[in-house]
Amino acid sequence: MIVLSNYLILLYTGLNWKTSIIDSLVTTGLLVTACLALGTILRYYLPQTGEYFNLIGIGFVITLIWLFVSRSILIYLLATEEYNHFFTASFPLRFVFGLLLIGFMGLICVLWYTQQEQKESHKRKTEAEQLTKEAELFKLRQQLQPHFLFNSLNSISALIGARPDEARKMIQQLSDFLRGTLKREEHQWISLKEELQYLQLYLDIEKVRFGNRLSTEIKSDDAADQMKIPALLLQPLVENAIKFGLYDTTGETLISLDATAIKKVLQITIQNPFDTETSSPKQGTGFGLSSVKRRLYLLFGRNDLITTKAENHFFTITVKIPQA
Amino acid sequence: MSKVIIIDDEPLARMIVKEYLQKHPLLELVAECGDGLEGVKAIQHYQPDLVFLDIQMPKINGFEMLELLDEKPSVIFTTAFDEYALKAFDTHAVDYLLKPFNQERFDKAIEKWQQQQHVEKNNLSELLNTAAQSPTQNNRVVVKNGNKIKIIPVHDIWYLEAADDFVKIHTQEGYFLKNKTMNFFEQSLDSQQFVRTHRSYILNIQQITRIEPYEKENHMAILKSGTKIPVSRNGYIKLRQVLGL
Repeated sequence: MIVLSNYLILLYTGLNWKTSIIDSLVTTGLLVTACLALGTILRYYLPQTGEYFNLIGIGFVITLIWLFVSRSILIYLLATEEYNHFFTASFPLRFVFGLLLIGFMGLICVLWYTQQEQKESHKRKTEAEQLTKEAELFKLRQQLQPHFLFNSLNSISALIGARPDEARKMIQQLSDFLRGTLKREEHQWISLKEELQYLQLYLDIEKVRFGNRLSTEIKSDDAADQMKIPALLLQPLVENAIKFGLYDTTGETLISLDATAIKKVLQITIQNPFDTETSSPKQGTGFGLSSVKRRLYLLFGRNDLITTKAENHFFTITVKIPQA
Repeated sequence: MSKVIIIDDEPLARMIVKEYLQKHPLLELVAECGDGLEGVKAIQHYQPDLVFLDIQMPKINGFEMLELLDEKPSVIFTTAFDEYALKAFDTHAVDYLLKPFNQERFDKAIEKWQQQQHVEKNNLSELLNTAAQSPTQNNRVVVKNGNKIKIIPVHDIWYLEAADDFVKIHTQEGYFLKNKTMNFFEQSLDSQQFVRTHRSYILNIQQITRIEPYEKENHMAILKSGTKIPVSRNGYIKLRQVLGL
């Protein structure tokens, strides 16, 4: 199309049709080559903000080279005095035309490559975020263990002398619990029923540790049992409840968990007693709670899935798990 | 005969110490306690020669319990895992038993205690200061009010006032005395919530309703309760920083 328009313009200025065709073909062909050259340059050298003067410079130089080369070829092909004269006369026009087209090409290239670069960096960023997320989840999971583990081992050590059968039973429970922790992946979703079975292992161990000071009550309806929950989500919350229940009162402590299905949402409440005299509900916001909050945020991007309430000597945590 | 008390909230943990103690006929177990409050009473009552003390316990932890005692007994700490406690022990070279521990290790701790008995008691107060930097202890202050033990959540504190060797902790229920220094509180309390506005005062910024100029160069902070607290020139600078003025 450029060749055609070029040809018509040249014809209009009074050149014969043969000269016009050769001129437009050569000029346009070389212009396309120049544009490709510019594209290649920009692919490896993309001017940063503030370096756009370089781009203008490059465009200028390429335009000059283009004009010089086309002049040499055309004068060689059409060696007439008349054409020579014509080319010199049309020089400024050709220059402006070339510069505009090459400049335009340069602009498109810069935009295109910049966009590509942005896409690439965005992808990298997402990947990096994903990695951080996984590392964070792993860390959250790890931090819960040591205190519980060493105290359980100490209880077993005590039982071995006096009540070896119970010691053996507790080793079994502890092994099952630890195996569960290792086996499950953070991203895995399991049914509430499975999660509760796992939780029961944990509670049995805690009951051996704390003797009759700790009792638990777990209720869930059939519909809730079948609903899905991110693996290992409840244990830190119950651990939290036990800590603030047992560590905050000196008598017996009842921890209760209640799971119900409300439309397409699984709602779980966990309750523990606390002493309004000596502790503030704020103390109930321990590590377990904040780690679960963080996990839910990473999984759902929402901060409103977990709520806490303190009234009448009871601290209640409510967790909502939207079902896919 | 030496009198021994075991303080641990887990029955089985007490049981194993009891079992290991049987090898030491000269040590007599006089009491077992399941929490720090019972522990304080038992220690005051029996005046034991040695106490086995767990750190993580209901109501108040082992360190807080020791702070409440005017006469501090010899202590062998027993703990499973507590970063801050371990740091405190290591810094002050106190012997401690890491759960689970065996008879051999237990005997060694007893032996060490017997040797130290004649020299001097461990200087526990430095240890307690280090331990008080732990986050669990940071959000409350345990004080003794006559015979009663009071746990004050940090955000219930209105302000602190220096009073000779003590610090007066002012709350809605009046004030409580704590045998610590102003510097200790300035360092251990959250500096975004508590500001030392004066040599003798540390303020909870939540309690401030307004700040008025007072004499030349000085200011007065007026609390919700109406109490006026002096603010020095330096204190005013710190206060403005924290309040973002």
